[in-house]
Formats: sequence, structure tokens, C-alpha cells
Amino acid sequence: MGKVIVVTSGKGGVGKTTSSAALGAALAQGGDKVVVVDFDVGLRNLDLVMGAERRVVYDLVNVIQGEAKLTQALIRDKRVETLYLLPASQTRDKDNLTTEGVAAVIGALKANFDWVICDSPAGIERGATLAMRHADIAIVVTNPEVSSVRDSDRIIGLLDSKTLKAENGERMEKHLLLTRYDPLRAERGDMLKVDDVLEILSIPLLGIIPESMDVLRASNIGSPVTLADQGSAPAIAYFDAVRRLKGEQLPVTIPGEKRGFFGKFFGRKAA
Amino acid sequence: MNLLRLFSRPRSAPAARERLQVLLAHERAATGGDADLLGKLRDEILRAISKHMQIDDDKVSVRMERGAQVSTLAVDIEVPFDAGKKAA
Repeated sequence: MGKVIVVTSGKGGVGKTTSSAALGAALAQGGDKVVVVDFDVGLRNLDLVMGAERRVVYDLVNVIQGEAKLTQALIRDKRVETLYLLPASQTRDKDNLTTEGVAAVIGALKANFDWVICDSPAGIERGATLAMRHADIAIVVTNPEVSSVRDSDRIIGLLDSKTLKAENGERMEKHLLLTRYDPLRAERGDMLKVDDVLEILSIPLLGIIPESMDVLRASNIGSPVTLADQGSAPAIAYFDAVRRLKGEQLPVTIPGEKRGFFGKFFGRKAA
Repeated sequence: MNLLRLFSRPRSAPAARERLQVLLAHERAATGGDADLLGKLRDEILRAISKHMQIDDDKVSVRMERGAQVSTLAVDIEVPFDAGKKAA
């Protein structure tokens, strides 16, 4: 039985889709069988970021409405053979996502994949709540910026109340992924520091993704950044995040920060 | 090292531009008069075939590739040995 991850944030434009694609690809590059599911019905973009936009035949809504089989709607990545995409519908309304339909699809995916990554739409409406409903693990994507932190706090509240885990009295495993982090601006004091965000949201840190041209380049060519340039700073940060997700104890380093010999050994503790 | 990488790589913006042009051309067509021609063809082909034989949904694979000049639609259907007998 695979694990279901929701990548969520409340706020738009913080890097949910980029992170879903990068984390999904990184897990698949390690040999795991992964499916990334786009829940942003009406405004899909995961297909574009993963470079599969010309190959979409059926989508999540088609499967839920019984117009296509799940196997027909899944798009296999051309670069990593254990990576699959389930696109959202571009033309249908998000009301077509039924609670029962989503439950059936997630159940079937869990039985066939090691990881099911649900890319949540922005906001706290139906698409977002359904994306998080079946999650075992939540990755809260946050920018070091006041409105993003506030929205993340709101989403954490929903994760603890509106999910199946919460309703069953279980605890949702939550991780913070800090994206678009600019160490220079943080150093100048113009950006919230990592510790500030951690203190406010008080969930464990999964990784810090630096603000980088490599992320933009990767989306331009339609490739998750971990595939586009494996040696780039954001790719390394995503690979490390995946290792932590799988339980490895790996200290989180702040991108661009010079660490001395001791700093390397007494780095920030990961969750 | 970083400078070297900056100069050695082709720029990515032209790729982004081309991908968007193809994608948006198809999406605009889908909301306009010729609503999703490829999607219509897909549905009608499957309907036509199912008149003559029972199609096992799991044995049907439909692939599309949308291009700037030409799009392709590939429908792969496994036809079982006794397919004809099941026809209505």
C-alpha cells in the first residue's frame, strides 16, 4: 500500500506544482513507483511543468465520471519510467470532483503505487479540501513572506480538522517546505528567516529550496528541476528533502550559507 | 563554475514560447467552434468499433500527441479471437 502525500499551501504561486513535480520525479529517480495527481480542475498546470501537455487524453474528472479507466488516463513520463501523471480537467467544473469519486481513485492509486502525490489547488475550497482529504503526509509549501506564512497556518488548521486522519482521531504527519528562499535578502534582514517561519508554524522542516533561475529554466523546458539539472542547488535541495521524507536523519542546510567544519556537524536538526 | 554553466547551456525561453504557442492554439480551438476535434474523433472511433465487437476497456489504449502543424491520435485495441461472435 502506497503513501498519499498532499502538497498544499493555501496561497497561490508559492511553488506547489513545481515542488510536486520535483519531489515526485526525485522519488521516481530513486526507483519508487510514483504518481503525481493534479487537483487543480479548470486551471491545470502540472502537465505543462512536467512536459506532458501535448499528451493529455483523459483526466481525473473523466475517471471519476466513469468515462475512462484509470489506466487510460495515467500518462507515463518519457524520461523516468516509474513516474506517472494524472492530469486535471481543463474544461470541466471542479464540482465534478465528488468525495466518493476521489476516494475511489486514490484507493486504486494507493494499491498500485509507492507514492501518490496530490498537487493541491490554491485556496481552501473543494479542490483543496479533496486533495488533502486522503493524505497520510502533508507537505506545506511556504515562502518566507507574511501572507504565505499566514495562509500556511490556516492550511495547517484544516489539515488537523478536515482530513480523514483528523476525523479518525489520528495525527497527520506535516512537513514544512520553505521555497523561493533568498539567503542574501534574509541576511540583509529583508526576508523572514528560517527560524522565524519555523517558530510561527511549528511543524518540522523538510527542506529549504533556494530561489533560483534553474527552477524557471526547468519549467520553461517542461522538466521537473531534479531531472532538468540534477546538480543545481534547487535539485539537490529537493533530493535531500526526499531523503528526509523517507526517514533519513539529514541536517537541513540553508542554501548559500557558508558553514564551517563544526557547522556541518552541528547543523539544524531535521524532523 | 557557475559562469561556465551559464554560458554552456542553451537558453530556455524559446522552448517555453514554442510550447505555450502550441498548447494555447489547441486550447483556444477547444473553446471555440471546432470543439476538441481530437477528443470527438476519439469518442466516435470507439463508438464505431463497439458496434461490431465488445471492447474490453482495459484493452484499449488511446494516445494523443498535439503538434504545431500535425497532431496524432493513436487508438490501440486488442481484438480477441472470438470478438465477432459477441457483436450484437
